[in-house]
Amino acid sequence: MSTELLTMTGIRKEFPGVLALDGVDFRLFPGEVHALMGENGAGKSTLIKVLTGVYGVDAGTTTLAGTAVAFGGPGEAQQAGVSTVYQEVNLCPNLSVAENVCLGREPRRFGRIQWGPMRRRAEELLARLDVHVDVSAELSTCSIAVQQLVAIARALDVEARVLVLDEPTSSLDTGEVEQLLKVVRSLREQGLAILFVSHFIDQVFAVADRMTVLRNGKLIGEYRTADITPVELVTKMIGKELQVLETLEDSGPTRAEVAGAPVLLSAEDLGRKGGVEPFSLDIHAGEVVGLAGLLGSGRTELARLLFGADHADTGSVKIDGNATSLRTPRAGLDHRIAFLSENRKSEGLVEELTVRENIVLALQASRGWARPLSRRRQDEIARKYIKTLDIRPADPEALVGNLSGGNQQKVLLARWLITEPRLLILDEPTRGIDIGAKTEIQRLVTQLSADGMAVVYISAELEEVLRLSHRVVVLRDRKVVAKRENQGLTADDVMATMAEGVQA
Amino acid sequence: MTGLTKKRLFWPVVALLVLLLGDLIASPSFFKIELRDGHLYGNLVDILKNGAPLILIAIGMTLVIATRGIDLSVGAVVAISGSLACLWIADHPDGLGATLVAVGLALGLSLVLGVWNGWLVAALGIQPIIATLILMVAGRGIAQLISGGQIITINSAPYEWIGSGFVLTLPSAILIALAVFVLASLLVRRSALGLLVEAVGGNPEASRLAGLRSARLTWLVYVFCALCAGIAGLMISANVHSADANHAGLFIELDAILAVVVGGTQLTGGRFSVGGAVIGALLIQTLTTTVYALGIPPEAIMLFKAVVVLAVCLLQSPAFRRRLRRRPPRPGQPAPAPAPEKVEVTA
Repeated sequence: MSTELLTMTGIRKEFPGVLALDGVDFRLFPGEVHALMGENGAGKSTLIKVLTGVYGVDAGTTTLAGTAVAFGGPGEAQQAGVSTVYQEVNLCPNLSVAENVCLGREPRRFGRIQWGPMRRRAEELLARLDVHVDVSAELSTCSIAVQQLVAIARALDVEARVLVLDEPTSSLDTGEVEQLLKVVRSLREQGLAILFVSHFIDQVFAVADRMTVLRNGKLIGEYRTADITPVELVTKMIGKELQVLETLEDSGPTRAEVAGAPVLLSAEDLGRKGGVEPFSLDIHAGEVVGLAGLLGSGRTELARLLFGADHADTGSVKIDGNATSLRTPRAGLDHRIAFLSENRKSEGLVEELTVRENIVLALQASRGWARPLSRRRQDEIARKYIKTLDIRPADPEALVGNLSGGNQQKVLLARWLITEPRLLILDEPTRGIDIGAKTEIQRLVTQLSADGMAVVYISAELEEVLRLSHRVVVLRDRKVVAKRENQGLTADDVMATMAEGVQA
Repeated sequence: MTGLTKKRLFWPVVALLVLLLGDLIASPSFFKIELRDGHLYGNLVDILKNGAPLILIAIGMTLVIATRGIDLSVGAVVAISGSLACLWIADHPDGLGATLVAVGLALGLSLVLGVWNGWLVAALGIQPIIATLILMVAGRGIAQLISGGQIITINSAPYEWIGSGFVLTLPSAILIALAVFVLASLLVRRSALGLLVEAVGGNPEASRLAGLRSARLTWLVYVFCALCAGIAGLMISANVHSADANHAGLFIELDAILAVVVGGTQLTGGRFSVGGAVIGALLIQTLTTTVYALGIPPEAIMLFKAVVVLAVCLLQSPAFRRRLRRRPPRPGQPAPAPAPEKVEVTA
């Protein structure tokens, strides 16, 4: 920990209407893992993009190993030894592992790719990360964790001195996270400077030596991990005392109350080939039903059937006791069912439209094109929900593609809330967003349930599911394996059922 | 929103004005408009009148392109619509009644062709470029079957009015195009149609999950586009008092696509501008008129068009404009602060 490898001083970056970074300093030493912390919209991604040359700066300087630099783009940055692995894995799933690792830098002779050396090169690089896979296999056949490591291997292929990892763990399970953190530690031993961004506080504490906290584009401070506690960190990130989540449980209706409420939706032997095996489920008004299961357990597929995003091959659905069929999302919408997909980008947002337009989309769809919402009404709705959900920037005409992940999620929530649904299906609503927004969304769920709205809540974080749900449905291998009242239920119980499929 | 639209239409409008200014300098009488027998004549009137069919098709094409589609069959629909109308009038040469029936038949058939295109794209999920290529190729054949392989010449004053008549000194073709433009603009901006089309074009799956009936909407825009092409077909055949199955509307689909793109609507769908397409169509028509008015050899039209369109497209490209404005930063120096620029939808 001798001299600074990378120093950014007084970085300022302004977008139309948003001051994304305001006088931010950041430094990085060789052989350290430095975490960049902050809520959504704090400016983490912007700082990384400034560093890698995706954006220019309005003020401030960057020096790398003593020389002032201003990269014209990620390619130039990589040439200089600053490699980045982005949150969404940017690889080609249809190419082989080796091709992905060496893409654009294939060893060639007379313009012809030399496959042998390329495979060996890929194997060497992956071995450095302790990954041993068949490098001629198609990338899509590998697990997400391996794909993430392939992305890192690719970043290390050039002589990297600085490695930027932007949310590398957001789609990994616990074991995979452990493997990745091990790789990060070993790269640190090799003298790399690693910039690590993650929303998972415990991972940051497990791996980082030092952290820099940003809030609303401003630098809050730089701390050694040893000198700060998780609670202090979170307090600095959100700028206020963390609300105590435990009190949430008491504010919603009790299990007995919702069990007595009328059945809103009743699914009988509902199933879809290749999606989820036939299951039966009653959802009462005001009830929060949690779906727990690993990735690929069929929890999303189940939710999609309840909305009509896919239509079922078998079984039937009754709403308020009347048989109906949910063949299209439109049918779901007409029955006042709302579905917030886990894929914000591909299944939620229309990025080139504004916040206002995205918010009114579902309501407008249900009214039909001939009955437009007046512009005044749209503005009213947009402004109201921007305020209620604290969407930032508070500009209804901002392009939704320019918002941070948490704020985009809130826009989608607003889209569904204004349709006044009776059943709200939330698939991973808190993934990839910061603690502040997570807390807000969970509080909102409790409040909606108290108002009589039924909620289906899917999350990989069991604590969340247990905190909010009246009942928990556990899935495993595309099958409902247990339906349990949330009474004295612990994360360990659920985990055991998820893992072993013990019928409860 | 208004600022954005203004910005998006800025370069096409500038190009149009520059071209007109060039005409004025080259030929001072270019802007002269005469009143003869209560009818207006002049180059500007010609541009509008001869550009009317292209404007119509460009309006329809805009909506199709906004849904990430494309309609290559408009030229064929022009030929079919004109042939059918002229065939009917040639057989029933008795004035207004026959004209109305002919127009009805032609537009009815255009609607059917639009339904066909929409069915292939929206119901069967065939890629738009392939789906409409079918009718583009087959359509000329259908038009020839209708016309019996002959150029049908007609002599019917009410029908010819559509292409070359006048209302209150103005050519009727201009008024028809204007009416369709106003109608289309009101339809997309006063109803929610515009928003829904942009949503479907921007992200079809997200739109479906938001409860939009995207398939129905896609179908609708192909029907509308074919209808516009049908009207254009009537106009073109009425203007020359004949239906030519082989040459009516030949390559007009390409001009229409150009007009739409020049007008700031991207082929990748999403945000669209009907007004932009009209300006694009006018720009292309002005080019043609300029070539004739200035005595440039007509063989050069295509090349001339290409150069102007290229210039407009370059000016619209954010990457090109940025390159014009700033040079790449030299290493060792901080990057120059880029002028605060609007983040554009048309990026």
